[in-house]
Amino acid sequence: MAPLVEMQEISKAFPGVQALSEVSLRVNTGEIVCVLGENGAGKSTLMKILSGVHQADSGKVFVDGTERQFKSTQEAYEFGISTVYQELNLCSNLTAMENIFIGREQRGAVGFISYSRMQKETEELFSTLGVDVQADVRVAKLGVAQQQMVEIAKALSFQARVIIMDEPTSSLTSREIDTLFTLMERLKKEGVGIIFISHKLSEVFRIADRVVVLRDGALAGERNTVETNEQELIGLMVGRDLGELFSQRQNKPGTDVVMELKELSGPPKLEDISFKLHKGEILGLSGLVGAGRTELAMLIMGAEKKTGGQIWLDGSPVEIRKPADAVQRGIGYVSEDRKQLALVLEMSVRENVTMAVHPRILNRFGFFDADKEKEVVQQFVNRLRIKISSQENVVESLSGGNQQKVVISKWLATEPKVLILDEPTRGIDVGAKAEVHRIITDLADHGVSILLISSELQEVLALSDRVLVLHEGRLKATLDRSEATQERIMSAALKEGR
Amino acid sequence: MTPKKNAQATSSGDVSLIRKMFSAQEFSIFLALLLIAAFITAVAPSFMSTRNLFLVSRQVSFLAIIAISELFVILTAGIDLSVGSVVGLSGVTTGIALAAGIHPVLAVLIGLATGAVTGVINGVLIAYVGVTPFIVTLGMLSMARGMVWILTKGWPITEIPPGFMVLGQGRVLGLPLPLLILAVVAVLAYIVLKYLPFGRRVYAIGGNERATELSGINVRRIKLMVYALSNILASITGIILVARFSSAQASVGETWELDAIAAAVIGGTSLAGGKGSVLGALIGAAIMGVIRNGLVLMKVSVYWQQFIIGMVIVLAAIIDILRNRRGRS
Repeated sequence: MAPLVEMQEISKAFPGVQALSEVSLRVNTGEIVCVLGENGAGKSTLMKILSGVHQADSGKVFVDGTERQFKSTQEAYEFGISTVYQELNLCSNLTAMENIFIGREQRGAVGFISYSRMQKETEELFSTLGVDVQADVRVAKLGVAQQQMVEIAKALSFQARVIIMDEPTSSLTSREIDTLFTLMERLKKEGVGIIFISHKLSEVFRIADRVVVLRDGALAGERNTVETNEQELIGLMVGRDLGELFSQRQNKPGTDVVMELKELSGPPKLEDISFKLHKGEILGLSGLVGAGRTELAMLIMGAEKKTGGQIWLDGSPVEIRKPADAVQRGIGYVSEDRKQLALVLEMSVRENVTMAVHPRILNRFGFFDADKEKEVVQQFVNRLRIKISSQENVVESLSGGNQQKVVISKWLATEPKVLILDEPTRGIDVGAKAEVHRIITDLADHGVSILLISSELQEVLALSDRVLVLHEGRLKATLDRSEATQERIMSAALKEGR
Repeated sequence: MTPKKNAQATSSGDVSLIRKMFSAQEFSIFLALLLIAAFITAVAPSFMSTRNLFLVSRQVSFLAIIAISELFVILTAGIDLSVGSVVGLSGVTTGIALAAGIHPVLAVLIGLATGAVTGVINGVLIAYVGVTPFIVTLGMLSMARGMVWILTKGWPITEIPPGFMVLGQGRVLGLPLPLLILAVVAVLAYIVLKYLPFGRRVYAIGGNERATELSGINVRRIKLMVYALSNILASITGIILVARFSSAQASVGETWELDAIAAAVIGGTSLAGGKGSVLGALIGAAIMGVIRNGLVLMKVSVYWQQFIIGMVIVLAAIIDILRNRRGRS
């Protein structure tokens, strides 16, 4: 039997970059294939060719053994190839069913939209997939995981036979990942082929049948999951051995309290949050998505109005009404959402890095001092090993890992006392991740106090001196490094009531 | 994965000057301006006469100053519909002051203050109260124009001291004085956008307002300043127009906001914010002015003039989109 989809010796060049050279990929009926690779390895380009976003320079694509060329995503759809993107593509102001039927709404007798038919079909679809979402609920009210389910359901409603999932688990909690994987197993039984892109090796071993590793736009290796191990895959991805991915932190934090929250409350449901952050400490903040971690960061930054409580810095209470107040007092925030909340994408690396330190790069007349600015930027480009050809590169053109380093640089330039890192390694590759971890520990060793928000328990455990656990807007546990384990954090994160 | 490209938002450092000049968006708009001028000259040779060029450049100067207003506002992804009315209102307050025998310098300051007041009202409502720019400035368009009619009851103010008229009618080195005023405004605007933190922040707000705010930049204050600046520039145009016409008239500046927005957009300013330049806005204003002048010289009927101007605006927007599309693929 011919494979469902086969890509043969695909090559693709962008101006100045050979993104792919002769990469082949095959997906059989009822198979889950994982495509692994560092950012910039060519995964996304390969997927964009398969889904019709880009056209290959050379190479062939076969569907059911017949050669096909997709000139648009629409054509790829028609041959049963759907993509669930990393950034969800749903209209949040519409309901689940409206999203599923967008562009091909079910019509009644006189041509008006028939909501009852749409609802019925959506409910049938959801129940066969085991998706626990109401058809007529607004997407904005759904969690990320549920939105993803809706998106997968939407893909299947197009009679999708191959589904491409681009890092579907990057913003899910472990329980949500379980649900997603159950759904994937079910799809597999029905004969759907799945291409799964992920950075998390543990997931690859849980779900994939076969692993295809890309490196620098070329095929680095292909393995059946049962015949390989993490060390081998990492080796293939980076072309070298990385040693231990997570290394335990050795340094001891100081005892001076730099920041203290006293019964801080704020929207939407944060209540009575109190904790102390010491000099040079890495304080992990764990909890499920929706527990209020990012909201807490926003509250500290003054991006949201608090409803009660106080923030103390260096032993005295401070009023933070807007982010500018927080920045001025030495608090920095590396957002979980680089593109929406941290970067001006069409601006250069230089302009983004110096965004928060304008006063420091002026000459005595108040004009930008170009040399001073370049010097500041270059210092961070070197220190964080940002891969760019010029400071004038637009950040939009950088890989996720390099974008993240630009964001971190922006905040390091402010020489913060307190740095809040919100999912600092989300969506970046293994190599860059290890580097970001090194940067974080290095900062703490130099006396910066760090509040580390992360959904990856291993990351929290490896880096943190203490771990706070949030559940439904309340602090449920404070664990020392010695007592913190994955099990204890998860049980606190899931704990109802007190 | 995606091709590297250099920032167009502001300067780029190490590209050679000539290549930069040809690849710049402004260059193709400038070419368009030359082509249009050449075409008009072919049909109506009097276009190139010294006298006509003097008149055109003076007319363009008035529009170009408020096109720079719109540039600043649109760079922050906003819009200012009130500039035309503020041109009229500042002219009237200046005219009333002059007619009352107040010293011309003071009268000019009163005109500028008029723009500052309306601009600050716009800015406060937009940046601090959170009303959308379109609505606030639409309201100001009506209120400022209403104030003009209240103050003048429709009668022109003609008691302008002859010495004042130099501002609008005089010439320096053979060039119209308004053109020199524009040159000063344009150079200052260029410097502000390129070399001052304020300018960089204006671009940043248009690129990503939330990220800019979270970087510790006082976005509200910048926006307030932008709307104030926009109307102050409009009042400069209003003041020179009083000198130009030797009177302050109630209908001056009507619908100019639309021409100013069109000039900025023709000049490559993106309504989505974050993209645009002073040079572009100037060329855009020149294109608008040259076409208007050319249509008159070519004896095109007034009705068709309106139609053709509209077509040019839409055409410019289409060309911009096509160019971006080609640049991306």
